[in-house]
Amino acid sequence: MPTMNMLQAINNALDIAMAEDDKVLCFGEDVGIFGGVFRATSNLQEKYGRARCFNTPLVEQGILGFANGLAAQGSVPVAEIQFADYIFPAFDQIVNETAKFRYRSGDLFNVGGLTIRTPYGGGISGGLYHSQSPEAYFAHTPGLKIVVPRNPYQAKGLLLAAIRDPDPVLFFEPKRLYRAAIGEVPEEDYQLPIGEAEVTREGTDVTVLGWGAQMEVIERAVELAEKEGISCEVIDLRSILPWDEESVVESVLKTGRLVITHEAPLTGGFAGEIAATVQERCFLYLESPIARVTGLDTPFPLTLEKEYLPDHLKVFEAIKASVAF
Amino acid sequence: MTTTQDIHSPQFLSGDEFSIPTFRLLQQDGTLFEGAEAPELERDQALKIYHTMVATRVLDERMMAAQRQGRLSFYMQCTGEEAAVVGAAAALDDADMIMAQYREQGALVYRGFSYDEFMNQLFGNELDYGKGRQMPIHYGSRKLHYMTISSPLATQIPQAAGYAYGQKLAGEGYCTLCFFGEGAASEGDFHAALNMAAVHEVPVIFFCRNNGYAISTPSIEQFAADGVAPRAFGYRMHVIRVDGNDILAVLSATREARRIAVEHNKPVLIEAMSYRLAAHSSSDDPSGYRSKKEEEAWREKDPILRMQHWLIAQGWWNDDEEKALQEALRREVLETMKRAEKRPPPPLDSLVSDVYADVTPALQRQLDRLKTHIRQYPESYPKGARSLDPDVKVRDDASNPDVQGGE
Repeated sequence: MPTMNMLQAINNALDIAMAEDDKVLCFGEDVGIFGGVFRATSNLQEKYGRARCFNTPLVEQGILGFANGLAAQGSVPVAEIQFADYIFPAFDQIVNETAKFRYRSGDLFNVGGLTIRTPYGGGISGGLYHSQSPEAYFAHTPGLKIVVPRNPYQAKGLLLAAIRDPDPVLFFEPKRLYRAAIGEVPEEDYQLPIGEAEVTREGTDVTVLGWGAQMEVIERAVELAEKEGISCEVIDLRSILPWDEESVVESVLKTGRLVITHEAPLTGGFAGEIAATVQERCFLYLESPIARVTGLDTPFPLTLEKEYLPDHLKVFEAIKASVAF
Repeated sequence: MTTTQDIHSPQFLSGDEFSIPTFRLLQQDGTLFEGAEAPELERDQALKIYHTMVATRVLDERMMAAQRQGRLSFYMQCTGEEAAVVGAAAALDDADMIMAQYREQGALVYRGFSYDEFMNQLFGNELDYGKGRQMPIHYGSRKLHYMTISSPLATQIPQAAGYAYGQKLAGEGYCTLCFFGEGAASEGDFHAALNMAAVHEVPVIFFCRNNGYAISTPSIEQFAADGVAPRAFGYRMHVIRVDGNDILAVLSATREARRIAVEHNKPVLIEAMSYRLAAHSSSDDPSGYRSKKEEEAWREKDPILRMQHWLIAQGWWNDDEEKALQEALRREVLETMKRAEKRPPPPLDSLVSDVYADVTPALQRQLDRLKTHIRQYPESYPKGARSLDPDVKVRDDASNPDVQGGE
C-alpha cells in the first residue's frame, strides 16, 4: 500500500472522482496550473483540461454562487476556498442558498453535488487570519454536512464520500497536517461513511472526543493519562453535521465521563452542542461534569499561539480533573 | 487613440462622459418610430405574448385585492414591467433556464405555469411545489426551467453564471437568463457574477429591470452612474439598454443577446428601462416617497396598451376580444383562488423533509417528539393535527388561543 501525506491523498481522491465522472469540476483561487497554494489540485488541470479545473477570480461569494448554480444544473463542483478564514464573504451563499436549496424548492432543485473544500485550523504560525476553525457557524445551519478528516486515509475516503454524497458538504482540511500526517492509503477507490464517528481507542474511565487535527493532540494526552493508570476511550467525531450522537452516548454511558476538545473558541463552539445532548441522554450516568478544552474566546493570536491552543497538556489536565472529580 | 501626450500627462477619464442610448422601436400609439423595423413576429406568438401580459396583470390585480381582503399574507406585482419580463421570456428557447428575482411572474405565465399552480404557491397548500415553506410569490418549476425564487437579493446572479457554465459544458446549446432589479445590482453578488461570467465565457443573459425604485430608494440614490449598463464595459461584456415598455424592442434585443450567448459563449447585460407602476410589495405604500404626477406620467407609457395598439394596427386584435379575454381571465383567477384556498396545508412530515436527501435520525427524533406534543394539544395546532389524524375535530382557523399555563 502506498504511503501518502494528506495533500497527496486529497489530490488522489480528486483525481479518482474526476476520472470517474466528467461532471466533477475543481475550481477556486489558484487551483489551476499552480495546483492550489497547498498543491491539493496539482496536475488536475493538465489531466482534465481548463474547463474542468480552473482558477477563479478572487471572489469567494462568486465562487460559491457559481458553484451553487453549477450544482443546481447537475454538475458536481468541488469548490476550494483557499483558507477557511476567507469563507465568510461566501457565508450568505452557503447558509442561505446552498443549505436551503432543496428545502425551499420542495426538492424541485438541489445542490447536493456541491463539495466545499477548505483548510482550517492553527499550529502553522498563521496568526488570526490563517488559523480559524469556523465549523460551528455552519453547524447551526440545517441542510449542510460538515466533515473533518484526521489523516490521509480518512481524507481520501471521506472526500470521495463527500463528492458523491447527495447533500452539499463542507470539507474542512486540517492544514497543520497537510504534510505532517503521513500514512498508508489504498490506491483504489474507497469511501468512508459521513455521519459516523470512529472509536480510535477503547477504554473504561473517560471518553475523550475531538476531530481533525485535534485527534493528534488527544492521542498524546491519552498516552500521558494511560501512564497514570487512566483508561481512555477516544472518539474521532469525523462528521460535525450530522454528528453521531449514538456512538458518543454509548461511550459515555460506559465511561461516565466526557472531555471534548476543539481549537475554536469556547463560547458557541460545537463542544457546547455535544455537551448539552450528552447531559440530556446520559444525565444519571455522568460521574463528573463534561469538560471542554478549547481555544480562548479571542481572535486567534500569532506569537502566543502555543499558549492559546488546546494542546495535549491542557487535555491531559482535563482528563485527570474529570477522573478525580 | 493613445498618443505620447496622453501617456506623459495625467489625463483622467470620467464616468460622466459615458451615456448609453436606449434601443426602442415602438411608440405609445402602436406605430413604429421612423426608420424602425419590427422584429420577425408571427401572429400566434404576438397574441401569446399579449395574452401573457394581460393574464399577468389580471393575476396581479386580483391577488393584490385578495391580499387587501386578508385572504393572502403577501403579494408582489409585475405591473408596469410586463413587456420587459414577457418580452425577454418570449425571446428564449423554452428549455433555457430562467433565474428570477421575484417580480417576474410574467415569464412563468408565458411558459405555461397555470393559475392553479400560482395559487397553490400563494396559499402554501398541499399542492405547492415548495411545500408551503416560503412566502407567497416564491414560485419555481423544474418542468418549465424556472429556478425556485430565493428571497435574499442578488444571490441568483452568480448562480446563473454557474448554471450557464454547466450548460456550456453539457453542450446542448441552452443559456440562462437572470432577472434582477437595479437595486440588486448594488450587491456584491452582481459584481462577482459579471466578473465570473466574463472570465469563464458563459452563455448567460443578465437582465436588469431598471424600474426606478428599490422599495423607496430612487435609482439616483442607488448609483451615481448612467444606470447599470455601463458596468458591462468594466467586465468587457456585451451590453444593450432597451426601452423596457417596448415589447418589440425587448424581444429583439433579447433574441440577439441569446444568439451572442449561445453561439459565442459570451455573457450579455441588458438594462431594460421601465417603471414599477405598483408598490414594491403589498407591505409598501409608494405615496410616501413618490408623486402621483410621476406615476401618471409612466401610466401613459403602459406597455400593455402600447402592444394592444400595435396588435390592433396589425389587424390581429379588437375591443371585443379584449373584453372577452379580460372577463375570462378574471373569472378563472377567482375560481382557481377559491379552489386553492380550500386545500389543506402540506402534511406535518414536510417540516423535516428535503433538509437533506434523507431525513436524519436527529430530525426524525425531533419530529416524533413534536407529534407526541401535538397529539396532546390538537386544538392548539389545528393544521398539524389534521395531517396527523384527518378525523380529528379541530377548528378551521389557526388563531385558537393556546392553552395557558399548561404545565
